Amino acid sequence: MTPLFACEHVTRCYEGAPVVDDVSLTLPAGGCVSLLGPSGVGKTTLFHVLAGVDTPDAGRVLLSGEEITGVAGRVSYMLQKDLLLEYRTVLDNAILPLVIRGETRARARAHAAPFFAPFGLSGFERKYPYQLSGGMRQRAALLRTCLMNNPVILLDEPFSSLDAITRRQMHAWYLDIADRMQLSTLFITHDVDEAITLSDTVYILTGKPGRITRQIDIPAPRPRDKAFLLSLDCAQIKQDILKAIDAAANAT
Amino acid sequence: MRKKSQNTTALSNLLPRSGNKKQESGLWAAGAARVNTLLPRSGNKKQEFGSRAAGAARVRRWPSLLLAAALVLLWQGVSMSGLLPAFLLPSPVRVVFAFAEDFSLLMRHLGVTLLEAACGLALSVAAAFVLAILMDNSALLRQSVTPILLFTQTVPTVALAPLLVLWMGYGAAPKITLIFLTCFFPMTIGLLGGFAQADTDAIRLLQSMGADRRQIYRYIKLPSAMPAFASGLKISATYSIVGAVISEWLGGAAGLGVYMTRVRKSYSFDKMFAVILLVSALSVALVALVTRLSRRLMPWDRSSHPSS
Repeated sequence: MTPLFACEHVTRCYEGAPVVDDVSLTLPAGGCVSLLGPSGVGKTTLFHVLAGVDTPDAGRVLLSGEEITGVAGRVSYMLQKDLLLEYRTVLDNAILPLVIRGETRARARAHAAPFFAPFGLSGFERKYPYQLSGGMRQRAALLRTCLMNNPVILLDEPFSSLDAITRRQMHAWYLDIADRMQLSTLFITHDVDEAITLSDTVYILTGKPGRITRQIDIPAPRPRDKAFLLSLDCAQIKQDILKAIDAAANAT
Repeated sequence: MRKKSQNTTALSNLLPRSGNKKQESGLWAAGAARVNTLLPRSGNKKQEFGSRAAGAARVRRWPSLLLAAALVLLWQGVSMSGLLPAFLLPSPVRVVFAFAEDFSLLMRHLGVTLLEAACGLALSVAAAFVLAILMDNSALLRQSVTPILLFTQTVPTVALAPLLVLWMGYGAAPKITLIFLTCFFPMTIGLLGGFAQADTDAIRLLQSMGADRRQIYRYIKLPSAMPAFASGLKISATYSIVGAVISEWLGGAAGLGVYMTRVRKSYSFDKMFAVILLVSALSVALVALVTRLSRRLMPWDRSSHPSS
């Protein structure tokens, strides 16, 4: 069966030197896959390619088997910063992908308004981003990303700017949202615990240029409760991941 | 296409009205309630916003007003002491009388000057946008035009004005041209800087949504250049009045500059002071108007709120 989303042998160079080298990964429908690695291994570069805002030097990107290399707008992409436009209200930020597709502002607003409650943003439609807390900004950016209305969503360190407590709450919240919206998520993280909490598969990207050195499946069902996160199975997985990262660090 | 419609259904799963999955939406309601406990009360935010507006009003005005009053008193004292002949330094009281006496005449000249300034300013705003967008799109144009633009700004206005009168006559054309030449520069530079400062990640985000160049200008570049444009416009608004007055000095039938030349030649220094004060008041009023407008149009821009 063809996976919903995949990339094959993607290489992207800057000034002649590869930043990411021969990266292949797959995201099954309804899955949650994470890309784990230290800063500076080209995770964001890879995401620009996957989102179609950058073209790889080699390799291709596939959506349901169809090649979409270098084509923007086919997968939803949330960049590392929330990038809420300070000069637009939260509602007008959320409808941005709709108006860019040619929807009128009134219709786009009507379409987006009901989603403010499930995203915990009711009553903040007419506020400006600077009036929101960090967690709310992140949810607003996620809402905007979801309104791009693609089944595949790419999230670049979506929760890294939040404090640990808010982040944990956002994990549970996001899994619920993704489940209801039947989203398939590929996300970047450098937090091992976050990767274990959220994903079915963890790809470990390390080195210079960035290569995928390990793929670890986490078979436990989601959402994962405290009991799992404190279990020996979980500790074993964490150890595997840390070993893989350390091995790559020692190799260089 | 099939994919899209399927996904739209997925989106609507989030909404409470998808009644066919009752149990699930019950669970969801609990989730939403939990998330909502994270949110600060909206009332608090409002209060905070209100107190900032109050803070803006708390800027202390009285020190400058007191100093101005003292200077006016000193002026009145010097002119009453007889140290200088009354016609050389008319007292503030006489200036006020002169202003009242010529009020309707001054207003007629003011109308002409304002019209010239408005035309010149409007043209320069349009030119600034066109030029800045062209220069933003072409590195070659930017590199070739910028030095020439800078050079044109080093030519003194008073040197340029008589040439323009020689070329274009005594009508409104040389005046509007002079205003245009002095006004478009600060706004062009402001816009260019604003475009360059637009967040590249925000541009990438819009590209990932499939936006074209025009949409990137509309949603990212133009809005992010607006604060810089507003600063440029403030400078240009004062230039436009000064430019109009200078060009009217050199000839014309009406305008505050024409009035100024006439009263100077007839040694009516009280009227001279009256018109100088009027020109200054006009520039101050224009800057205040631009400030108000930009605060109105850019409620997100905290740099325009003096207290923050």
